[in-house]
Amino acid sequence: MHRFANPARFLKIARPATGWLLALGLVLSLTGMAGALFLIPPDYLQGETARILHIHVPAAWLGMGGWTGIAVSSIATIVWRHPLAGVAARAIAPVGATFAFLCLVTGSIWGRPTWGTWWEWDGRLTSMLVLLFLYLGYMALAAAEKERGPDGRAAAIFGIVGIVNLPIIHFSVQWWRTLHQGESIGVAGSSIAPSMLWPLPLTTLGFSALFGAIVLMRMRTELAETKVEMRLRRMATAA
Amino acid sequence: MNQWAFVLAAFGVMAGGTGGLLAWSWPAMRSAEAKAEALGKRR
Repeated sequence: MHRFANPARFLKIARPATGWLLALGLVLSLTGMAGALFLIPPDYLQGETARILHIHVPAAWLGMGGWTGIAVSSIATIVWRHPLAGVAARAIAPVGATFAFLCLVTGSIWGRPTWGTWWEWDGRLTSMLVLLFLYLGYMALAAAEKERGPDGRAAAIFGIVGIVNLPIIHFSVQWWRTLHQGESIGVAGSSIAPSMLWPLPLTTLGFSALFGAIVLMRMRTELAETKVEMRLRRMATAA
Repeated sequence: MNQWAFVLAAFGVMAGGTGGLLAWSWPAMRSAEAKAEALGKRR
């Protein structure tokens, strides 16, 4: 892992990877969304609104996956003092927050015609909203801490502690049987008919690739900004 | 209640949100890297 501690070595891989992930993400997510909109049949009970599942699930997965990335980067910051781990965590946070927000909004839009309400203080919905607030808190803390210096310890601790919310989100549908339905897709298989399910892997992989591309873009931005700042400081000292 | 209005709204929000992230991150990266490169050439 420390092989990539050198930003130049990291950028050598990140530069081509950004373009590839972006292209792959656009092709897969657009194909998956077109399939979900025009090619799969409507659900016998939910009707057309079941199509929203194909974007709501990837948004939920990436909202939760983003925080997992922050927690892993935070561990690398604290344990190994990896110089790029803080950059990665700060790059992930706004992207993960956006997908957590998109999960809540698409779920709400699905909920209105299906449940008859835009919002319910249900276990799954509430814990997902808590995740969005955790992202906002992390972003504020990481930004404040970055201004003070490159340490990033407090944000890293927050990133690790915040992961406690992920099992709560996952098991909320089993612990509190309220409005949100249980799992339709698990390790053992899926209760959704294959004729309706096939766009889901495409949208999930596609949006995951876009997530990766955006995170790499934001990491490259921060590294370039740091480089400019250091050079300007060096030039000012030399003058 | 027209279900398609909800479906299109959800897909629009998802595409808009992801597109917005891309539209924010790509130019920011290009501009930051161009500045770093320009400064590197000045030395």
